[in-house]
Amino acid sequence: MATTADPMIGVLALQGDFREHVAALKAIGARSALVRRPDDLQAVDALIVPGGESTTMWKLATTAEMFEPVRKRIADGMPAFGTCAGMIMLADRITDAAAGQETFGGLPITVRRNAFGRQTESFEEPIAFDGIGELAGVFIRAPWVESVQDGVEVLARVTSGPAIGRIVAVRQGNLLATSFHPELTADRRVHEFFVAMVTDRGSA
Amino acid sequence: MSVNETSAQAPEIGTARVKRGMAEMLKGGVIMDVVTPDQAKIAEDAGAVAVMALERVPADIRKDGGVARMSDPDMVDGIIEAVSIPVMAKARIGHFVEAQVLQSLGVDYIDESEVLTPADETHHIDKWAFTVPFVCGATNLGEALRRIAEGAAMIRSKGEAGTGNVVEATRHMRQLRSDIKRLTTLDESELFLAAKNHQAPYELVKEVARTGKLPVVLFTAGGIATPADAAMMMQLGAEGVFVGSGIFKSGDPEKRAKAIVEATTHYDDADLIAKVSRNLGEAIVGINLDTLPAEQRYASRGW
Repeated sequence: MATTADPMIGVLALQGDFREHVAALKAIGARSALVRRPDDLQAVDALIVPGGESTTMWKLATTAEMFEPVRKRIADGMPAFGTCAGMIMLADRITDAAAGQETFGGLPITVRRNAFGRQTESFEEPIAFDGIGELAGVFIRAPWVESVQDGVEVLARVTSGPAIGRIVAVRQGNLLATSFHPELTADRRVHEFFVAMVTDRGSA
Repeated sequence: MSVNETSAQAPEIGTARVKRGMAEMLKGGVIMDVVTPDQAKIAEDAGAVAVMALERVPADIRKDGGVARMSDPDMVDGIIEAVSIPVMAKARIGHFVEAQVLQSLGVDYIDESEVLTPADETHHIDKWAFTVPFVCGATNLGEALRRIAEGAAMIRSKGEAGTGNVVEATRHMRQLRSDIKRLTTLDESELFLAAKNHQAPYELVKEVARTGKLPVVLFTAGGIATPADAAMMMQLGAEGVFVGSGIFKSGDPEKRAKAIVEATTHYDDADLIAKVSRNLGEAIVGINLDTLPAEQRYASRGW
């Protein structure tokens, strides 16, 4: 594995907005690689699970024989960051799942799919992100975190509207997840935050 | 409590960013036409990123003739109930009240579609007036940019729906690609004439010239029938695939749906496409375009 001083960040490229994550990583000077098959996974130090359709990602991960390898790497401590569908994929438990839907897991949280409603309820709202500050939250048929177990840091909540107080960003150890899509904005601070998590781990 | 200290500002719905962003989430995926809740479930199980709820698939619209309209709200509701993935539905070109109805039903995307009989021969729907996002068909860059100027948040190449023949989809993808590429070779002073020639807003032409891509996600549609068709469209630059009649007019819809989903993700892996293409049963029979009279070509609807 490469040194974590200049880590290779993988982006799961089965479906969804993986190119936007690659662009965000490139903009902050981080190395990145698309991950589509088990060999690709071997070459990366960390993994971003992008936004997209979580049921599709689950099926494609299974048919590409990626599901177990990703689950195992995360369980073994590989840093990972999930946005929206990616948050669902990193959660230990989901509610409103499709029949039989499985996740990579790792974060001891319960996530509700499509929690804010359908697309006509998708919204933008400024979010106060602990450790970063205010940033633009872009929520698209987004999930929220229904509950967290001890040890999970809550980094952001919804600040107004009907869903006020709902948890939309969490971290535990090497795992980070947001309900919203930093990759759809020009603000790269959440990606910097994640890359710092990956490199700090190496120097710790 | 530092996380709760943002200045209170109401959540804003229906922004261009959440409309276009929704299409970003569909990228690399397959959107399947379905006419019943059971078909919607088959599509979801096969890994579709969304379903298009409609009463008749384009192949049947062709066969039956007559005026094709928005689906019965009961049928759209039934499909929304059946699946957890996004549900799209079609409105006629220019029929803004069908679009209002679909928005009130809670569909996630509206396709202002040439597959239905146009309701207005001069005006498309003013899509900025809606919270729900729209996808529109295009055969070339000018058409795509006119739709984006009207508020479309996603574009699909038109192809020729209901034929099972990929030749028109190929033509439109190649046309869009070469129109875009050509713009990027022009200098600033040439863009005014380019905008005039494409009959498209100058600001959008300038944006495409600078970025080398459409400002919204580009899918392909119209005649895709096999995993290899889907993969070819992806290699030609599509960011995802609509499959209409190609799945449920084939011999083994479940197997074909799964195969097309896999081929769309792994579009550059010929070994995998070969593997998933085996024993799929009968494909949609298909229509040769040179036997299709001009008035039955849907791609020429819209402008």
